[in-house]
Amino acid sequence: MVGRIKANGALNAFITVAEDLALEQAKAADEARAAGAARPLLGVPIAHKDIFCTAGVRTTCASRMLADFVPPYDATVVEKMRAAGCVTVAKTNMDEFAMGSSNETSYFGAVRNPWNQDRVPGGSSGGSAAAVAARLVPGATGTDTGGSIRQPAALCGVTGLKPSYGRVSRFGLIAFASSLDQAGPMAQTAEDCAHLLAAMAGFDDRDATSLDVAVPDFVAGLRGDLKGLRIGIVKEHFAEGVEPRVLAVLRDALREYEGLGARLVDVSLPNSGHAVPCYYVLAPAEASSNLARYDGVRYGYRAEGYRDLEDMYKKTRGEGFGPEVKRRIMIGTYALSAGYYDAYYVKALKLRRLIADDFTRAFEHCDVLAGPTSPSPAFALGVKNTNPVSMYLNDIFTIPINLAGLPALSLPAGFVDGLPIGMQLIGRYLDEGRLLNVAHKFQEVTDWHARVPAGF
Amino acid sequence: MDWETVIGLEVHAQLKTRSKIFSGAPTAYGAPPNTQANVVDAALPGTLPVLNREAVRMAARFGLAVGATVHKRSVFARKNYFYPDLPKGYQISQYEHPIVEHGRLTIVTDQGEKVIGITRAHLEEDAGKSLHEEGEGVTGIDLNRAGTPLLEIVSEPDMRSAAEAVAYLKVLHTLVRYLDICDGNMQEGSFRCDANVSVRPRGATRLGTRAELKNINSFRFVERAIEYEVRRQIALISGGGTVRQETRLYDSVRDETRSMRGKEEANDYRYFPDPDLPALVISAAFLDEVRAEMPELPEAKRRRFGEEYGLSTYDAGVLTASRELARYYEDTVQAAGVDPKLAANWVTGELAARLNEAGLEINAARVSPVALAGLLRRIADGTVSGKAAKDVFEAMWAGAGDADTVIAAKGLRQVSDDGAIEEIVRQVMAANPKQRSQYQAGEEKVFTFFVGQVMKASRGKANPAKVNDILKRLLRD
Repeated sequence: MVGRIKANGALNAFITVAEDLALEQAKAADEARAAGAARPLLGVPIAHKDIFCTAGVRTTCASRMLADFVPPYDATVVEKMRAAGCVTVAKTNMDEFAMGSSNETSYFGAVRNPWNQDRVPGGSSGGSAAAVAARLVPGATGTDTGGSIRQPAALCGVTGLKPSYGRVSRFGLIAFASSLDQAGPMAQTAEDCAHLLAAMAGFDDRDATSLDVAVPDFVAGLRGDLKGLRIGIVKEHFAEGVEPRVLAVLRDALREYEGLGARLVDVSLPNSGHAVPCYYVLAPAEASSNLARYDGVRYGYRAEGYRDLEDMYKKTRGEGFGPEVKRRIMIGTYALSAGYYDAYYVKALKLRRLIADDFTRAFEHCDVLAGPTSPSPAFALGVKNTNPVSMYLNDIFTIPINLAGLPALSLPAGFVDGLPIGMQLIGRYLDEGRLLNVAHKFQEVTDWHARVPAGF
Repeated sequence: MDWETVIGLEVHAQLKTRSKIFSGAPTAYGAPPNTQANVVDAALPGTLPVLNREAVRMAARFGLAVGATVHKRSVFARKNYFYPDLPKGYQISQYEHPIVEHGRLTIVTDQGEKVIGITRAHLEEDAGKSLHEEGEGVTGIDLNRAGTPLLEIVSEPDMRSAAEAVAYLKVLHTLVRYLDICDGNMQEGSFRCDANVSVRPRGATRLGTRAELKNINSFRFVERAIEYEVRRQIALISGGGTVRQETRLYDSVRDETRSMRGKEEANDYRYFPDPDLPALVISAAFLDEVRAEMPELPEAKRRRFGEEYGLSTYDAGVLTASRELARYYEDTVQAAGVDPKLAANWVTGELAARLNEAGLEINAARVSPVALAGLLRRIADGTVSGKAAKDVFEAMWAGAGDADTVIAAKGLRQVSDDGAIEEIVRQVMAANPKQRSQYQAGEEKVFTFFVGQVMKASRGKANPAKVNDILKRLLRD
């Protein structure tokens, strides 16, 4: 495993390979197995997105600011997965502080898409998606603030789930936008995701926003059939702006569902057009505050040769953060400033409510929603990273779900020009189990998820 | 021109929780730097705040005690600014939706009672401290205080003099200690005060421009800082100038206030609701619980002491200045079964004097309420005179045992036997025939001479009341 990871360095999917830790944990797993332990994830190698703190293993968030940061604690997700028997083999590359949709903002360089190495893997969990797609690890963790699990899952042809807000603890997950961030699994299949989510989910008294509700048996929940399932087709997701061949793939996938006994229902999310601007006020506003702690005082990067405190702050943050992070800090600072707060932040909060209400109404008529995860397949490296707005529009279908706090999943639904296309399934609040079930049934009758990129 | 002073106070009371408001780290004062801070206090990446329920309970207790509204829903916000002792780059505080609003406190001054409005009280976290003194050109950061829970109590601009401000502060200080939510230690910064001060021509309805005075950490400094600032503002306006809205620092050594920063230099704090903390929701059941554990408050206790024990307003006020003193007094009265006024005199007199002398708090008194009660019973039943009792008390304070032991050991038992006293009186009369004649001739003053002589002859042990009676009877014979 570690050998395969090292041999595929060209993808740049990993920031740190935790060789010693992996061997130690693997040995422990072998011993446990020899002693009769039989947990489903025992000994399964996992890569964690480098946004999750790992005790004793450097955690960079793909930023120069934290390039040498070694946390003294594990994130709850890391802790729980290790308790389930997983072996941590590596930390995956990502967009800096999870800000990006192409994995090009990483201080450690862009990740390449295993299906076409001139293409982006998506982001921000691009390293996790590429690693799973290239079969370097069977599963990985990701985080999703506006689509950062689902969009790279779609672009790399893997399955990725963003759980309901609060389902998985955020403790030890380096914050980008606290009210939107959520950790979730990325793997080849929905079934694997179910096992991983079962290990990750649950209440954590170290996170005041984590939900104190029972976690259902996601694996047992995979079995139910789809007869009578009502799948909502969002009018706005099948409109112009989406590449027609992507929509064709989706229509084929929906026919599979009809074959499984599901019924398609037309629904509308009239306010979803406001989601991107709303998100690009709220997420940067929270980020501008969340990233204030990186000041060079206690840990992380500190610039050299400063005159005074003010100069130390400016140089440290000027040198420690990349351009996209700085752009969002500035946008967020502006949106929260006196005189602009009501016009931007408060208005965005109101829009957020309207967007969430759209989903509530849509779910009166259906059980899940289905549509494209991303408007196009993986785009070329270096094409969109100079135009922030065109980059932001990549997440037009994923962002509303974060704003509403709902669970959503992306699974492979076909190919266009040899590049995978993802289908997004959106569920009711806390209905992850159904999403996994609906995805699993599709994967029983299709093999898109089983396709492996050439050379891996 | 006749000027009116307008004062509003902001008090930061450090809540006496064992752990911090958003982390499990302990809150001990005076520990070595950074030993009372954990990864949450140091704002390491990925760490999150979790609200301490005990701090909420204390804030609610305060709200109920000042007759305020304790809101069912309040919101924590982030106050964003950069400073090395502020690890997250923001302070978690309550802004638009505080937990407590619209309360009041009654103060007593020379002019009588006055009600001071409490605008709001909100929960927030304290910052750390920058340590500049050690090392050359190096600033150290101590995060022990970072995350300590504070209740910021904001008054209405209802006070009209420095004396009223001090009276308010003292009432508030007594109250938070009664409620057991703050230790009130001003030296250690557990109870800090900022004062908003302005002046206006008497009769004006609009408020003058205010200055905010900071760094006033004793009752005396509050008074002096306000008085200085009032003089400064009046002189400024009288000289044709205008008061700038600014923050001023009080320098207790020079006894003056100095400009720290003006309004235009103030930070834009970019407050917004903290997404890491759900809105704080308080249930009716929780509030009932807090209400049920509410102690008797200072004002009510003062009234009750007046009525139940027949004490003067002054004595009742002194004895209820702290819960501990009041408890000591009531324990003494109950154990002694004597006149409560006698107990009051002893507690506010001898006992207070000894405590003061030794620099001790009431809890460290070297004579327990039960022991004091034993002495008071001996005074009441005539075993010892009031004067001898002071010697007994002194010996008890020094650890010589209970009242009866000391009285026996020192032979201070009062002589109340008529025959014995008559015997002494006769001896004194025989020794002083001249003075006796003077008395019989109508010189009443001489009577006290005889009392003194008899007491001296009895080595202070004769019952003074009996000495009086017997002297009056025998001198005339």
